Amino acid sequence: MRTDFAFIGVMLITAFLLMGVAVFAASLLRPKKPSQAKLETYECGMETVGDAWVQFRVQYYIFALIFVLFDVGGVLLFPFAVAFNVVPIYAVLVVSLFLGTLMAALLYAWRKGALQWD
Amino acid sequence: MSLIDTINNLLKIIGDAVANLVQNILGPGLGADLIVMGLGALALCTVAALTFMAMTWAERKVVARIQSRVGPNQAGPFGLLQPIADGIKMFTKEDTTPTSADRWVYNAAPLIIATFALLTFAVFPIAPGVVGTNLNIGVFFVIAVGSASTVAILMAGWGSNNKYSLLGAFRTVAQLVGYEVPMLLNVIPVIVLAGSMGLADIVQRQTLADGNPGIPFIVYLPLSALAFFIAGVAETGRSPFDLLEAESEIVAGFHVEYSGMKFALFMLGEYVNTLAVSIVFATLFLGGYAGPILPPYLWLALKTALVFFVFMWLRGTLPRVRVDQLMSLNWKVLVPMSVVNIIAVIILAKVFVTSPGLQAANGGILVTPATQAAILFVANIAILLSGLAIVARRARVLRLAEERQLESRRQANRAAVSGFAGGAPAK
Repeated sequence: MRTDFAFIGVMLITAFLLMGVAVFAASLLRPKKPSQAKLETYECGMETVGDAWVQFRVQYYIFALIFVLFDVGGVLLFPFAVAFNVVPIYAVLVVSLFLGTLMAALLYAWRKGALQWD
Repeated sequence: MSLIDTINNLLKIIGDAVANLVQNILGPGLGADLIVMGLGALALCTVAALTFMAMTWAERKVVARIQSRVGPNQAGPFGLLQPIADGIKMFTKEDTTPTSADRWVYNAAPLIIATFALLTFAVFPIAPGVVGTNLNIGVFFVIAVGSASTVAILMAGWGSNNKYSLLGAFRTVAQLVGYEVPMLLNVIPVIVLAGSMGLADIVQRQTLADGNPGIPFIVYLPLSALAFFIAGVAETGRSPFDLLEAESEIVAGFHVEYSGMKFALFMLGEYVNTLAVSIVFATLFLGGYAGPILPPYLWLALKTALVFFVFMWLRGTLPRVRVDQLMSLNWKVLVPMSVVNIIAVIILAKVFVTSPGLQAANGGILVTPATQAAILFVANIAILLSGLAIVARRARVLRLAEERQLESRRQANRAAVSGFAGGAPAK
């Protein structure tokens, strides 16, 4: 088990180094003549007015909340799915009930207009 | 060992030979193990990067054919050297960082997206015994690592300090995050049937005892396969769900400020993610490397190419969806359908069991795998059709309401005009 994840670590480092080397090699090959106009935001287009770092609309936050609901639900389903062959049929009913609760939550959000995008 | 066996196990033989060589030179120990792992990781990364180059060529050629164009044909025969020309261009392009950008976030984003895209290749079983590492949580790992691209795209959009980039990043939050749910939900039925999250075990479950391919899971779970595929297209941000980089709306979205090698890394990350989704789909639903006559790795390549072809086909034929349609499709169609599908699959798979041992343990009706597949297939199709019927009904109601509204407005206009004609103020 530990060696399984050792490979993931080695792979992570290898991939990162490979990509880093690509960027570094390009930095040796490419020309570098920066000018003030070149370094402006949206260089070839209109001059930008103001800062882009603004607040997110609250709608994204609501969608993210629904996502968290289902993501956590999904994570709880994975162990059940793996142990499916050994659990009794009672567990299947419980999980169905759990999924039904998730759906009820989604329906509630739907009725409240949280899924309305405008 | 016969020639055919040698060809079938070519990758395993080469891998073992390299591992032996390293261990002979260094002696067994942690150092040799690490070097063997590093070589394996390097080989996987190289294969992924080379496939990325081939994919860009194939995609341009195929989409060109669909649109009655020729596609790249200048660099080498059939434009085959086009990816290399592109690579040279990317290497020698000047790379600018806008002065107002957040330097660290801006520069880290392409590295992160490319690294984590490559990392998913650590768990794909390429042939029997040929796998980076056979994690027992394979599917889970792929989905978890795959979602790192969301973070990278958000970093790129935010770090660029450009309004178009930020719009792209906003859309990413809504889209990639949302479509992760159907992706997650639709691997659950597969895990239920396979009894394991390991990708190699899932392939094993779709293979007969004699090594020939059994019934692939796409026959058991057509609805899951369809929903997973749609979620996969959206998750990799490809057309028709390419809202995060829509050229005609927000120019290029999150990577509008990037050029040179960093832009190339975004492209690499995107294509490698697409490749990863294709491989996962081929492994989960099409039986992975199992197949007759041809060597296993070729079968995996063929199935992956088939899935990727459908990706290209979609890109060549479908227009981009609107952002509200995108969200509705996910939350109002895919997610409810997937949940209903999970409930149906777990109940049916518990009632209709295929092994006597399970029947003895939990009860249920003993059926052959083919019968179980047929039952699940019918249930899946029934859920899909009834879901589509509900959507069609709802769409009809909405359309009629809209038409009625239009008609009443038209009548009001007509009344106004005719009133004008009859009693126009004379002067």
